[in-house]
Amino acid sequence: MTVGLKRLAPLAVLLAFAAIAAHAEIPLNERRAGTADLAPETKAMQDDDSANPGMLVVLDGEALWKAKAGAANQACADCHTDARASMKGVAARHPAFDARLGRPVNIEQRINMCRVERQQATPFAYESKELLALSAFVGNQSRGEPIAPPADERLTPFRNAGRDDYFRRQGQLNLSCAQCHDDNWGKRLAGSLIPQAHPTGYPLYRLEWQAVGSLQRRLRNCLVGMRAEAYDYGAPEYVALELYLMWRARGLTVEIPAVRP
Amino acid sequence: MIMDAAAAKAAASFSCVVFLLLATTAGGQEALRPYTVVGDAIPAPLTGSDPERGRAIVTARQNTCLLCHSGPFPEQRFQGNLSPDLKGTGARWSEGQLRLRLVDASRLNAETIMPSYYKVDGLTRVGTAWRGKPILSAEQIEDVVAYLTTLRDQ
Ligand code: HEC
Ligand code: HEC
Repeated sequence: MTVGLKRLAPLAVLLAFAAIAAHAEIPLNERRAGTADLAPETKAMQDDDSANPGMLVVLDGEALWKAKAGAANQACADCHTDARASMKGVAARHPAFDARLGRPVNIEQRINMCRVERQQATPFAYESKELLALSAFVGNQSRGEPIAPPADERLTPFRNAGRDDYFRRQGQLNLSCAQCHDDNWGKRLAGSLIPQAHPTGYPLYRLEWQAVGSLQRRLRNCLVGMRAEAYDYGAPEYVALELYLMWRARGLTVEIPAVRP
Repeated sequence: MIMDAAAAKAAASFSCVVFLLLATTAGGQEALRPYTVVGDAIPAPLTGSDPERGRAIVTARQNTCLLCHSGPFPEQRFQGNLSPDLKGTGARWSEGQLRLRLVDASRLNAETIMPSYYKVDGLTRVGTAWRGKPILSAEQIEDVVAYLTTLRDQ
């Protein structure tokens, strides 16, 4: 009986935290990307660059990468040279903290920052052909890399805000992201298989959209499905959700541009 | 919410009455009808009912039931499997129990994923198109309850 209450207290606190953290989260070794559940034809489409419609968008992105633009008359390639080297792993570690803005930025926002500040051109609109093309091209350079969220403490409060949003019930249907993607993945929501929601492949080609779309477009679809108010594209709430989703998916393989049903 | 032509016509012909009803409520929305919960049931109907309309409501995509449930709907290609099959519900539950499970299932299980179909408070960030409105109207709830009570084959 030498163990005093005082010595047990920190343990109790730890256990309490463990209980909160354990709430419905998918164990690391049970995680799977949406790719694991694709129909064989869709999987074949994703795996074959000549059949994957997302690769056409990547090619458009490559052309934009090399094109001079803006008052500075500079191409992305003029500063970053060969994207295969300079952009490798970049999408795998975004969103990342921007010290000057004092907040995290995702890959689309990073591209637009270069466009405005370095090229002195107007930023591309969210979901525009150009921004999807450039982010698909940049993202494609990380294909095969593990998702590697930066160990940057400044990101923590933003990631926690994203996590809170993920677990919050919302919308007229009063559902949380976690109720579908942690508690019911693998089941069928009408005709759709509920994935674990790991953003391994965005921007990606979605058969239902007949187009390439960003992760935020996907999140918007889920929010509207819950009959919740969607955020404006680029809103800090989406970036916070992206941060949390990327952390949840840490170590899974980047597969931009993926294909989904 | 999508309205079929007949419903739209009915709504148009009742527009004076609807206006009077709306005028009496502060929020500009039709007020929910009061109901009494007895045990785990709402024994008294909210309005009249029609089981055939109830089936159409349950199987219509925009009413969301088949997102989660499957049931005796051979003509419906896409049915969910997040929750119990609706076949046999009428044998398992009384009319009053079914009414409460539709009106506000969260009263019986706070953690349930089944939405409360006749409730407007206690919700967060509801999209503008749906704000202040229950998912189903009192009439629709009664039609669905009347239909579900007919599902007696297990
Ligand atoms: C009622 C269920 C439901 C809720 C609630 C929901 N989702 Fe989804 N989500 C789905 C389904 C189903 C899909 C797959 C759609 C398809 O492929 O047809 C999906 C897809 C996704 C994907 C894409 C995964 C991939 O492999 O590409 C992400 C990311 C995602 N959801 C995140 C979220 C977030 C974040 C929230 C909350 C803001 C949320 N979802 C709420 C059902 C839901
Ligand atoms: C997002 C998921 C979801 C939706 C949408 C949904 N339900 Fe449910 N429902 C459930 C779950 C889960 C249960 C199991 C009991 C519980 O968790 O409260 C249930 C239980 C029921 C029951 C009791 C079944 C039994 O035998 O125990 C009935 C009846 C029912 N639902 C009817 C409906 C109808 C009708 C609709 C549409 C108007 C609907 N549900 C929409 C998830 C859902």
